[in-house]
Amino acid sequence: MAEEEFTDINGNSISLDCQTHSDFCREFTVTSPKLSLRKVMVYTCFVWLFAYAVFFFTENTAVLSSAIILTLAGMMIHIHFVKVDHETLLIIGSLGVQLSSSYASGRESTIFIEMNKLKDIVINEAVYMHSIIYYLCILIKDPADPETVTSVVPLFQSSNPRLNCLVQVYRSCQEILAQSR
Amino acid sequence: MVLKLFFPQCCNTADSGLLVGRWIPGHNSAVVLAVIHYPFIPGQVKKYLSELQSQTQVDLTVLGSWSMPKEGQEGMDSFLKDLSTIFPQECWLQLSREIGKRGFTCQVVQNNGRLLQDREQKNGEGDKIILIHYDQRKVMLSQLHPVQDVGQKSDVEASELRLVFQTVAQSQPLFFLDKYDDGPLKLSHWQSEGREASIIAELLKQASVPVCIFLTWLLSLWYWFCMVLKMLFISSKLSTCVQSVYRAVHFRTVFSPKKAGTHVEFMRKANIFVSFLVDIALGLLLISWLYRENRISKLADTLVPVADRVAKELQELLEWLMGAPAGLKMNRALDQVLGRFFLYHIHLWISYIHLMSPFIERILWYVGLSACLGLTFALSVLSDIVALLTFHIYCFYVYGARLYCLTIYGLSSLWRLFRGKKWNVLRQRVDSCSYDLDQLFIGTLLFTILLFLLPTTALYYLVFTLLRLVVVLFQGVIHLSVDFINSFPLFAIGLRICRPYRLAEGVKFNVLCQEPGTPLHLMMEINPLKCSSVLQCYRTPTYSCYPKDSWAALCKKLFVGELIYPWKQKTDKTD
Repeated sequence: MAEEEFTDINGNSISLDCQTHSDFCREFTVTSPKLSLRKVMVYTCFVWLFAYAVFFFTENTAVLSSAIILTLAGMMIHIHFVKVDHETLLIIGSLGVQLSSSYASGRESTIFIEMNKLKDIVINEAVYMHSIIYYLCILIKDPADPETVTSVVPLFQSSNPRLNCLVQVYRSCQEILAQSR
Repeated sequence: MVLKLFFPQCCNTADSGLLVGRWIPGHNSAVVLAVIHYPFIPGQVKKYLSELQSQTQVDLTVLGSWSMPKEGQEGMDSFLKDLSTIFPQECWLQLSREIGKRGFTCQVVQNNGRLLQDREQKNGEGDKIILIHYDQRKVMLSQLHPVQDVGQKSDVEASELRLVFQTVAQSQPLFFLDKYDDGPLKLSHWQSEGREASIIAELLKQASVPVCIFLTWLLSLWYWFCMVLKMLFISSKLSTCVQSVYRAVHFRTVFSPKKAGTHVEFMRKANIFVSFLVDIALGLLLISWLYRENRISKLADTLVPVADRVAKELQELLEWLMGAPAGLKMNRALDQVLGRFFLYHIHLWISYIHLMSPFIERILWYVGLSACLGLTFALSVLSDIVALLTFHIYCFYVYGARLYCLTIYGLSSLWRLFRGKKWNVLRQRVDSCSYDLDQLFIGTLLFTILLFLLPTTALYYLVFTLLRLVVVLFQGVIHLSVDFINSFPLFAIGLRICRPYRLAEGVKFNVLCQEPGTPLHLMMEINPLKCSSVLQCYRTPTYSCYPKDSWAALCKKLFVGELIYPWKQKTDKTD
C-alpha cells in the first residue's frame, strides 16, 4: 500500500492508493475531495433567502415549501448522480481491467473490460481551452481485427489527477500487461 | 500463462470428490460445474458423463479432484494422486481446502508429471492460478447482452465470459441428479442447497398447451376478419382497424403452442403478453369509471351541444372573414362567394348532426363497451370519433388548400411569362421563350387578377390550415400514447427490477481476502443491464407514427399549398 499527496488539474488535493493483491493483480484508488460543508451551507442559505424574498412580495407559502423541496431534491440528486467519492482501477493480468466509480451516496457503477478486447493503456494529451490536460485511457480493439483501435475509454474522469499520479499508475499497469503478453 | 478456474460457491463446503466441468477452448481456463462424491465407480462416472455430453452438446470431463478432509479421513492425498491415472487428462487439478482456512490450495499436474508449483518456486513467484467464485444459479439463469445468436461466432473468437455463461446455461441436465438421490452417482451443485419447484408453475405449464391451441383457433378467425377489413380503403384510415390488425398479429406470436427457442423470442412473447394484460386491465378500469353514475349518457348528451357550438364558432369566424378581418381589405366578390360556400356547408353539417342526435347515445354506449378490449382500443376509438366530428374542418382545409395551391401555381407560371421565361418539363428547368403579343396580354391580365385575389385566398387558407393543424396535433398526441402503451416492455423492466441478475451487461470482480501461499481468489458478480439499455433492447416494434417530413419540408409544403398528412404509419411493406 502506498499513499502520497497528489493534486488534480484544478489544484484540489486528491489521494492515490495502490494495493498489490498478487503478482498480476493490482488495484488503484483515486479519492476526490469530499463535499465541502461550507459550499452546501452557502447554496442552501442563498436559495432560501431568495425564496423568502419572493414570499415577502407574493405572500404565497407555496414558494417556501417548493424552495425546501427543491433544495432537498437537488442535494439528493447531486450526491447520488454527480458527486464521485472515489474511482478504482483493478487490473488482473490475463483476465481484464475493471473500472469502478463510487458516488457520495454509496452507489457504484462498474465496467469490466476483458483482456482480449484491451489493446493498450496509454497517457494521452488533450488541449482544452488554454490548458493541456493529460489523461490515462484504455484503447479497445475488436478481437477479430487486432490492429485497429475501435474506441478509447478515458479513466479517472471525475478526479482528473495530474501527470505525476498518472505516470505511477501507468508504470504499474504496463508491468502487468507485459507479463500477460 | 495464468490458469483461471471458475468455481461455484455452492461447492465451497462440499465433501471430497471429483471435479466435473469443462475446459474452455482457446483460453487457459476451466469451469467447474459439480463435484461427484465418494464412493463411485469410475466406469459409471465415464458412462454418465458421455450420456450428458450427447444430451447437452457440452464437452464435460473430469477436471480433477477436490478434497476437504474431515476428521478421520487422512490418507486421502495418495488416493487422490492415483485417481489421475484412472481419468487420463492433459491437466489434472488438485484443489484442497482445510477447515478453518478460507483460501484453497491448488496444484496442477501436467501430463508429463511436472507440477506447476515446482516451476514457480524456483523463480520465487507464487502460484499463477486465479480462482474465480461464481453463483451458479444466477449465472445459469442470466443472459449476457448484447445477445448473440448461438452458432454465430466460433468458440475461439467468443469472449471467455460468454463461453462460461453459455457452458453453465447449457449444462442444465447435469443439475437434475443430486447427492440426495438414490442413484449410482452423488453430485453436489446449486440444487444441493435446496431443490426449487412450484406445483402451481408446473400445473400452469401443463395446462398452457391446450389453452394456447384453443386461443390460436379463435384468433385465426379474428385475423381472417381483420384481413377482410383491411381490403376496404376506409378501414386503413381508421386507426381502430389498424390497431386491431396489429394486435391480432401479435397474439399469433404469443399464443402459438411452440415454445420460445431463444432468449429474444421469449422476452418478446412475455412483453407482449404482459402489456396486453395491463392494457385490458386499464380498459376495464376505464369502463368501470365511465359506466358508473351513467357518465357515458351524460357524455353523449353533451356531444351534440358541443358540435353545435363548434359550428356556431365557425360561422362567426366566417362572418368575421367576410367583413374586414384584422383590418385587411378583402376582395368583396370573392369573399362573399367563398364565405357563402362554407356557410352552406356548415348548415348541412348542423342538419346532419341534428338528424343523428337521437341515435348518438345508443351508439356511444355500445362503442364505449369496446374499451374492454384494451385502453389502446378506447384511445383509437376516441381518435376516430374526433376525426369524424371534425370532418367538416378537414373538408374546408382541402378546399382552401386546393384553391390556394391553384393560385400559387398560376401566379408562378404567369410570373415566368411576365419575364419572358417558360418551364421546360422535359429538362426540368426554366428556359427563355418568346411569346406572341396576345399571349403576353392575356397572361399579364390573368397575372394581375390572381395577384389581387391572392390575399383573400391566402387568408382563408391560413385560417383553415391552422384549424386543421390543431386537430392533427390532438390526434397525434393520442397516437403517441397508444404507441407508447403498445411498445413499452413492461416484462423486461419488471425483470430488471425484481431479478436483476437475469439481464446482465457484464460482470464485476471483487478481490477476496488473501492468505499467503494460496492463489488469488476473486468473487464474480453479475452487473445488471442499465434501465435505458433495457428499454432500447426490448422495445416491441410497432407501427409507430412518426413525422413523415422534416420541419423544413413541412414549411415548404404549407407555403406552396400542398395537402399535408404529417403522421405516417409504418406499413408492413418497405417503402
